[in-house]
Amino acid sequence: MGIRERLSGNEAAATAMKQINPDVVAAFPITPSTEIPQYFSTFVDNGQVDTEFVAVESEHSAMSACIGAEAAGARAMTATSANGLSLMWEMVYIASSMRLPIVMSLVNRAVSGPLNIHNDHSDAMGVRDAGWIMLFSETNQEAYDNLLMAHRIAENEKVLLPLMVCQDGFITSHSIENIELLEDAKVKEFVGEYHPKHYLLNKKEPIAMGPMDLQAFLFEHKYQQAEAMCNAKQVILDVAKDFEKLTGRKYGFFEEYKLDDAEIAIVCMNSTAGTTKEVVDSLREKGIKAGLLKVRVFRPFPAEEISKALAHVKAVAVLDKADSLNGVGGALFTDVTSGMQVNGVTVPTSSYIYGIGGRDTTTKEIESVYKDLMEDSKKGKIENPYRYLGLRKE
Amino acid sequence: MNDMIEIRWHGRGGQGAKTASLLLADAAFNTGKYIQGFPEYGPERMGAPITAYNRISSSPIRIHSNIYEPDYVVVVDDTLLESVDVTAGLKEDGAIVINTTKNGEDLKKLLKGYKGKIYTIDARKVSMETLGKYFPNTPMLAAIVKVSGIMNEEDFVKDMEGSFKHKFAKKPEVIDGNMKAIEMALNEVKEVK
Repeated sequence: MGIRERLSGNEAAATAMKQINPDVVAAFPITPSTEIPQYFSTFVDNGQVDTEFVAVESEHSAMSACIGAEAAGARAMTATSANGLSLMWEMVYIASSMRLPIVMSLVNRAVSGPLNIHNDHSDAMGVRDAGWIMLFSETNQEAYDNLLMAHRIAENEKVLLPLMVCQDGFITSHSIENIELLEDAKVKEFVGEYHPKHYLLNKKEPIAMGPMDLQAFLFEHKYQQAEAMCNAKQVILDVAKDFEKLTGRKYGFFEEYKLDDAEIAIVCMNSTAGTTKEVVDSLREKGIKAGLLKVRVFRPFPAEEISKALAHVKAVAVLDKADSLNGVGGALFTDVTSGMQVNGVTVPTSSYIYGIGGRDTTTKEIESVYKDLMEDSKKGKIENPYRYLGLRKE
Repeated sequence: MNDMIEIRWHGRGGQGAKTASLLLADAAFNTGKYIQGFPEYGPERMGAPITAYNRISSSPIRIHSNIYEPDYVVVVDDTLLESVDVTAGLKEDGAIVINTTKNGEDLKKLLKGYKGKIYTIDARKVSMETLGKYFPNTPMLAAIVKVSGIMNEEDFVKDMEGSFKHKFAKKPEVIDGNMKAIEMALNEVKEVK
């Protein structure tokens, strides 16, 4: 049995980092993730960790410092949000191409502009093709658990990719809720020590990292990144199995909530999944067969598994907390529907853009989506797949 | 079992409504409950209206939206009654607790015909007499615990003593005053008939 606590999502992330006790943390404060480096710096000051904390002058430098530390052979972590991640963008790609298993806590917030400090997923969606493993978290508990599993996944020899753990800014990052923590010693044992095979400070093996890479081999190196991302799938499941043995908490690529016999289903990520579960239960009481598929692993994208899990459903709505402004629909929607197409699954599916810039998403709104789905399933086809939820009418 | 209680706090920046909601979450957590305590973040500054929320339940809380149909509303500053629709969505079998010296008739007018129970407390008087300064959040916290019956008063008082000892470890001189504020507020909160 773990330790019963109550923490905000940011406290949960900082606590995970304390228990992981990485060699280096480099971060620059930005709302709503500011508290993570703030709490962590107190752990450093109190001697509760022996991490080198680098108070950098920008997020570009934060990621650069993490890259330098990891290349040297250290375990490095950071935290950021929104425009902080935008400023890191150049280095985000360099981290993954250098195959450095940096772990980031991304507290999701709308990317400017116009300026907005509240939650949506536009920051994460901006780096979805950057070669990072991306895990999403419904609750403070999941943000904590995902961070504890992160290094085991990222540092696996078959993977060696950076990883980010996402949670919703303010909605979970600033809400105090119950959580079950692991004892420090158990985390230490589970996460294990980091012994990279190749690193810059190994005097027995002088190597160059991140040199110029032109027509002769860049393509092959990119292929290796893609291969590593495919390999990550099995590693994610293996680590989840070990984590379940330790905690009893089960994780997969996604969570299926009353999806087995569902006729209509919502697909979404992060905190909205909790609100959706409430709605699923209330609809089930009325005899409506509603279900939920909550995506945890967004990169690598489990297209085949998601398609199979949705194959029996009569209508699906994919909720995206970021608009791709592409005339088609949100990023999760296009991934889910292309996965269905490739895997021979034909289910009427629509895209709902919702919760942009911190617009609150209520149970009534989620109910309205299921109501739309009941209509869609009767018709058996979708006439207007690009939809908005909670948008002001006037 | 669905016994979830939802509480909405209205205050002004700097009065400690957010802290009070977090302290209430703490106290309920310590009695074994599942809790949520969260403020609605905006461009906060001293004096601006702010909202904070609590959910308290015997079973895990999954919903992650603001509270639109609260069981209880706490108003930390009665000047908000004129500018904020504090009873919006408030259940009629619930109650509102207001820090005020206004009389029942004036309040009923300001609350636009709210049919549920109305409780008042002069948190300024409680705070000035016990702390010598105006910190309305501690008395209001005690008042909502009393009105909502979330936990029994004895457990609450004992728990707050522990919290204050922890919170004010470097300022032990304020612990007594805060405890007196809690005890006085538990007696002072009254239903408007």
